[in-house]
Amino acid sequence: MSFFEILRFAVGGVTANKLRSALTMLGILIGVGAVILLVAVGNGSAKQITDRIAAMGSSTVTVQSTSRGTTGGITLETAKALKDPVLAPNVKTVSPVINATSSTMTYQGSDHAVPQFIGTYPSYFAASNTPVGSGTAFTDEDLAQGRRLVVIGQTVAETLFPGTNPVGAEVTVSGALFTVIGVLDEKSSSSGFQDANDVVVAPLTAVQQVLTGYGPVNSVIVEATSAAKVTDAQAEVATILDQRLKVTPTTTGNSASSTPYRIQNAAQLLETQTQTASTFTVLLGAVAGISLLVGGIGITNIMLVTVTERTREIGIRKALGAPRRVILTQFLVEATMLSLIGGGLGVAMALIGSQFTIVGVKPVIVPSSIVLALGVSVAIGLFFGSVPASRAAGLRPIDALRYE
Amino acid sequence: MSALTGPKPVLDVRELTKVYGEGEAIVQALRGVSLLVTQGDYVAIMGSSGSGKSTLMNILGCLDVPSRGQYLLDGVDVSRLNENQLALIRNRRIGFVFQSFNLIPRTSAMANVELPLAYAGVKSAERRRRAMAALDRVGLADRADHQPNQLSGGQQQRVAVARALVTEPALVLADEPTGNLDSRSTDDVLAVFDQLSEAGRTIVLITHEPEVGDRAKRLIKLFDGQISSDVRQDGAPHGGRLEDQQTILMERLR
Repeated sequence: MSFFEILRFAVGGVTANKLRSALTMLGILIGVGAVILLVAVGNGSAKQITDRIAAMGSSTVTVQSTSRGTTGGITLETAKALKDPVLAPNVKTVSPVINATSSTMTYQGSDHAVPQFIGTYPSYFAASNTPVGSGTAFTDEDLAQGRRLVVIGQTVAETLFPGTNPVGAEVTVSGALFTVIGVLDEKSSSSGFQDANDVVVAPLTAVQQVLTGYGPVNSVIVEATSAAKVTDAQAEVATILDQRLKVTPTTTGNSASSTPYRIQNAAQLLETQTQTASTFTVLLGAVAGISLLVGGIGITNIMLVTVTERTREIGIRKALGAPRRVILTQFLVEATMLSLIGGGLGVAMALIGSQFTIVGVKPVIVPSSIVLALGVSVAIGLFFGSVPASRAAGLRPIDALRYE
Repeated sequence: MSALTGPKPVLDVRELTKVYGEGEAIVQALRGVSLLVTQGDYVAIMGSSGSGKSTLMNILGCLDVPSRGQYLLDGVDVSRLNENQLALIRNRRIGFVFQSFNLIPRTSAMANVELPLAYAGVKSAERRRRAMAALDRVGLADRADHQPNQLSGGQQQRVAVARALVTEPALVLADEPTGNLDSRSTDDVLAVFDQLSEAGRTIVLITHEPEVGDRAKRLIKLFDGQISSDVRQDGAPHGGRLEDQQTILMERLR
């Protein structure tokens, strides 16, 4: 008997009881679909975290001054020295940052205490990945002239200028008049303890003149020429700083606790967060594994019931002279069809489902989860579809016929 | 005796025993049954429940195996055959009709009748032609596309008979084929068996009903797993089991 004939028998067997076949496929569909979608949601949220971190700028190195007081620490001169085409070829820009903490900004009688009043260079906007949304950033000339200009964050804009365009407005900070020239784009404030949008950025020179005086800088944001050069840039910066601050280089690269500065790069931050994300994925994988198990048991059930129910039919077929091999092949093909169609529909359902945002997460399909879910389901379907069929086909026809 | 050119035996059963169960719960279904059926014969086997007639039938149909004894079908010792050869025997040599019809559910009458041919590897067009011919023979050509649950009991049994005939088997076995049928359907089915017998088919059937047994050429009665009487009914009944056995024995010797 040709395989084509057996295939026709199998199609007949599947279509003979449409409800049962549909339910079997539904069971497999749900099993496969749920696993793929669940893993996709987990992967999507992990990816979301990574994306947020990447948004902070992956090619920057932050040098923070750890010494207290006005003596020591990183002076503006030291910061400027970090931009050295010979000693530090991988450094693209250097933006010293001074933070005039708790400055109060006043506009037409309303006050707003700004937790982060940053004085810096124009290169800060690009390096720290905080682009200006409306209006403009200040320029190198503004910096040189010490013009009193500010670019404000979204929170500041909403508090002081509700419903109006803040660009061009004049605000008072500690008695000095500043002109708002731009508003920053909204930033996701996922990491950190404070609102990343509650910030004001002004030229360094102006902030020094009016607010902080000419002390050391709080930190320096160093932008590397590319993300791949971050580690090189970090080493170069460390070398220059050690030289300048007369630190004996006990460790290379990252600083020991005795040094008056601390270097952090986004890659290190990324690493920590990726570890968190992968823990999350493992957790969801475990959930997915359990649903695969439950789905598998469902498939097992329906396959066992289906084949047991048809033991009598197998007996009839044997009495009519069907060889064992033909019966086995028929049931194997039937199980394959049900598993593959059900599994395929499950994959399709998961792919469609992943187009939607689920509880605020955009699912990202993991290809290996498709292979795993489909493979396991089809294997279970085949095993529990063919093993009872094989047992029934091995019975004497009379025993199979008498089976209740 | 004119047995020199006598028909050759189709069924040759020697000292068949069948035991079910073990230990305390042992049941002797057959206690040494010997039987010879020649080509073209029409044999009815009667007996009360538990006389072992269904067991005998299942063994004759190669659905079950005897505990002891020999069974030669067309001169071939069935116990020496493997699983695949047995499947082949069931497919080519035997047409089996069950009391409970045993049609495959949700499958058309045509497909049911085609089934043995499909297992025999007959091509699709040829299969349809022969299945149609077999259905026509039992008077159900117009019901070919109906599923078993759309047919009456008598019609279902005639489909089952058509299925048993379609491979042109040497032997047609029927296990109480009219047991589940009313009198009209019984007549329909028996008419088919009569035609088959006239056409020279070898038929062995089991029945409870004397009027069914009366139609056969030879009537065998089973009691407690043994043959209690064996009578020829075509005009001159044979004197009994022993005499008949002797006749057959002599036929065999020649």
